[in-house]
Amino acid sequence: MSAPVKVRIATTSLAGCFGCHMSLLDIDERLFELAGKAEFDRSPLTDIKHAGPCDIALIEGGVCNSENVHVLRELRANAKILVAVGACAINGGLPAMRNHLDIGDILKQVYHDPASGEARIPDDPELPLPLDKVYPINEIVRVDYALPGCPPSADAIWKYLTDLILGRMPRLDDQLFHYD
Amino acid sequence: MSDLASIEAAIVRYNANPHYLLQILRDAQGELGWISPETTRRVAARLDIPRTRIDSLVRFYAFLHDTPAGAYRLRLSDNVTDRMQGSEAQLQRFLAAFGVACGETSADGLVSVDLTSCTGLCDQGPGLLVNERAIPRLDAGRVDEIVGLVKRRAPLADWPQTLFEIADNVRRADALLAEPMKPGRALDAAIALGRQGVIDEMKRSALRGRGGAGFPTGLKWEGCRNAPGAERFIVCNADEGEPGTFKDRVLLTRQAERVLEGMAAAGFAVGARRGLLYIRGEYDYLRATLEARLAAMRASGRLGVAIRGAAGFDFDIEIHMGAGAYVCGEESALIESLEGKPGRPRIRPPFPVTRGYLDKPTVVDNVETLAQATEVVIHGGAAFAGRGTRASTGTKVLSVSGDCERPGIYEYPFGVRLSHVLEDCGARDAAFVQVSGPSGACLTPDEFHRAIAFEDVATAGAFMVFDSRRDYFEIARNFARFFAHESCGFCTPCRVGTSLQSDLMDKIAEGRGSHYEVNELMRLSELMRRTSHCGLGQTAGNPFNDAWRKFRPAFEKRLQARDFAPAIDLEAALGPARAATHREDALAHLEAET
Amino acid sequence: MSEATFELDGVPTPFKSGQTILEASRDAGVYVPHLCCDPELGAHGSCKLCTVIVNGRTASACTMKALAGQEVEIDTPELEALRRSLVQMLFVEGNHFCPGCEKSGDCKLQALGYLLEMTNPHWVHFFPDLGVDASHPDVWLDRNRCIQCELCVRASRDVDGKNVFALAGRGIASKIVVNSPSGLLGDSDIAATDRAAHVCPVGAILVKRVGFAHPIGERIYDRAPIGAEVLACDVPESSK
Repeated sequence: MSAPVKVRIATTSLAGCFGCHMSLLDIDERLFELAGKAEFDRSPLTDIKHAGPCDIALIEGGVCNSENVHVLRELRANAKILVAVGACAINGGLPAMRNHLDIGDILKQVYHDPASGEARIPDDPELPLPLDKVYPINEIVRVDYALPGCPPSADAIWKYLTDLILGRMPRLDDQLFHYD
Repeated sequence: MSDLASIEAAIVRYNANPHYLLQILRDAQGELGWISPETTRRVAARLDIPRTRIDSLVRFYAFLHDTPAGAYRLRLSDNVTDRMQGSEAQLQRFLAAFGVACGETSADGLVSVDLTSCTGLCDQGPGLLVNERAIPRLDAGRVDEIVGLVKRRAPLADWPQTLFEIADNVRRADALLAEPMKPGRALDAAIALGRQGVIDEMKRSALRGRGGAGFPTGLKWEGCRNAPGAERFIVCNADEGEPGTFKDRVLLTRQAERVLEGMAAAGFAVGARRGLLYIRGEYDYLRATLEARLAAMRASGRLGVAIRGAAGFDFDIEIHMGAGAYVCGEESALIESLEGKPGRPRIRPPFPVTRGYLDKPTVVDNVETLAQATEVVIHGGAAFAGRGTRASTGTKVLSVSGDCERPGIYEYPFGVRLSHVLEDCGARDAAFVQVSGPSGACLTPDEFHRAIAFEDVATAGAFMVFDSRRDYFEIARNFARFFAHESCGFCTPCRVGTSLQSDLMDKIAEGRGSHYEVNELMRLSELMRRTSHCGLGQTAGNPFNDAWRKFRPAFEKRLQARDFAPAIDLEAALGPARAATHREDALAHLEAET
Repeated sequence: MSEATFELDGVPTPFKSGQTILEASRDAGVYVPHLCCDPELGAHGSCKLCTVIVNGRTASACTMKALAGQEVEIDTPELEALRRSLVQMLFVEGNHFCPGCEKSGDCKLQALGYLLEMTNPHWVHFFPDLGVDASHPDVWLDRNRCIQCELCVRASRDVDGKNVFALAGRGIASKIVVNSPSGLLGDSDIAATDRAAHVCPVGAILVKRVGFAHPIGERIYDRAPIGAEVLACDVPESSK
């Protein structure tokens, strides 16, 4: 008798605070049930550095720099279903509050060197460059679902995930559906 | 005259009446160059209105400024026909000669250069407005001449008058345009019919409004006459802002008598004593001649008290100018503008015939409708109805422009086929025709057999011809930008939707679009059509719909071969950080996904 | 003698002469979503959330008068989708960041998002930079949250007798302006007790130092979804 095929889930936090991931972990003992149904692919919870084909990708955080774009593209390319989790992924969130400012000016101000009177901005090629604005993920890749909240509660994440895993239309009732 | 004196003169000219706020500000700006904080403060105090009422007006109308503009304000008409006639090169020529960017004023305050919506000179473009005076046929030679005049600070009154000559280009005349009407003829005919008789003939004629909506004029006049209230008004809509439309310009030039006596006849029929002629700001150069004509009419007893000796037939007309807002062509927005407010369409019902200008029963009719009314009273409704088609009686004046040998004015009985018009105007290679402007429809050769009529291809008059060189995607994009620029901003679907639509068209034009954008445009056009507050929003998606239905390859050659592309240019989004860090390595760039 | 009725989603519904469809529906216990309409300040007709279908054509329920024999559709999936799209437009037009906004939980725009199950704002965000005006000691204005309903304009003019606010600009550039020489709220004659300071349905105009007065769970729309007050149930209003 073969074991049931487990669903593969990838997760990432882009320009997010990891609060949505913490909320996911807040499902507490339901983690055991989840472990019985799902395997995690690339995720902060595993040591997998690059995503392979997976069923569901949970994306926390908006897109603030070039690395975010690469990670998001990799997950979109490998996942059948991509879910924007939390306010930041859905509308840019708190990091997007920098959007009315000029990123070039910010860098110059932050890295202003009083000694030389000039800006000494780190320019190592390994440092991802910030984008001019922080963008919701659906403005960078096609997104299939959105799970609002800041963060969505553990119950909301659990309801949503189990709906997806069982092939139901994911929906939240009033108590679980909020933007804050 | 001191600044304060200029402001005071403008205020006094209109009896400090807040309904005339737009006229007061236009006059003040005409003297002082802009609406300064001092002007705002002074006008608010003298009219006893909140200063924000002035802020609202100034920021709504494109021709009012709350920052100093150049002594010479150049506005280049940016309709598709202007571009086809080379306006983009002339714009660059001006910008280079003056050292300014588009939309800016030169540092010495001499000149500002900007684009403006269609100025109604499509048959002799590209069009240019210099301080509200219009110059057609802009070419390199004219540009250089104008640059020279501006740099020498020559007063406009001293500029060579040949620059300002605007042709009528009447190519085919019929009932309205063939002969000038003998002054007084329409008035006498109306008097002879009597007030009820005029209304009866108007209904018998089945004359329908010529501004685009096609409402039966006789019913409108009757509705106004029957509406409760002591005071009524006749408003002539000369806002003619639909790109490609210039037939009212010619009617006001060639057949002003008909338009003005048509207004008086309407006043006679419905019991109105006052007429207001609302002219778009872009036609400011028509004003002096029309004022002179009104004065002549008063002097000869064709306006004023007891017109043509008929006791009780009292009527006069005053001119109100617009200030650069297409939406003011919508009748309720026009009335708002007449009342000194931003041109935001009203909630309807009630309609103007019951509650219009100053909430009183008002007839708002297009220039051509009023001119046609003179034909009805002179020749009778039955004779009028004998021409055209059963559902579209009488003649229609078309303004033809674009890729044809003889652009200009063509008057035909309703029912004329597009193919007939194309042949008459010398359209050798017509690939498509935009009828009734951006808010109308695009017709392709398989439809050229169709007829100009309300029941078939309806039009307010614009007829723009395009040959096989032209790309309808770019035309639709120009139209999308027009709607976003002209949206009044009142209702959610149009205020946000026209902006989203214009951005999406730009995105596709830049090669950053996919089928996702096409789907978004479909959703937007449907949303705007169904939920917008007025016709502007409701028709804003028409060009996209026509483009997608009839010119899909024009989209497809611009779309990426994928189902989704980022909303923003990611490479450009890294630009500021790249510049700040002076990085050019591979990781400092983001390529489009393949 | 039977009273005049119109058909509301197929149900014959009475109305009083002169009532709008929105008013008559409310009296019949049917909620029509709306943002810019207020019982005291009147209808405005701009938000278009109240779009319904009357005799086969779309209309705004807030301004369309109820008439005998009308066939009105309010609660259809198609209309819900249109309304959701309009709410999404309002969300992307401004900076509506709920987690950081003191109005969250009491906000009508947010509540309509919940009612219409808006999971994300869908359209491309504008990220406007229209400025926050904190110059007044007691009243705070964030233009980036304004939905152009003009409730503040009407309240200031018709109830407070002051004319503090107006809308200026055309199209997408339309925004709230303040009636003071400097244009700043601090130089106007607004007071925290003005109706205009409390009438904003979203978080654009807020009275200062009243942030997060009620815990999550006890805010207006935590207790019941928007529109529940129109239905038969009694909803306790969270005091301000």
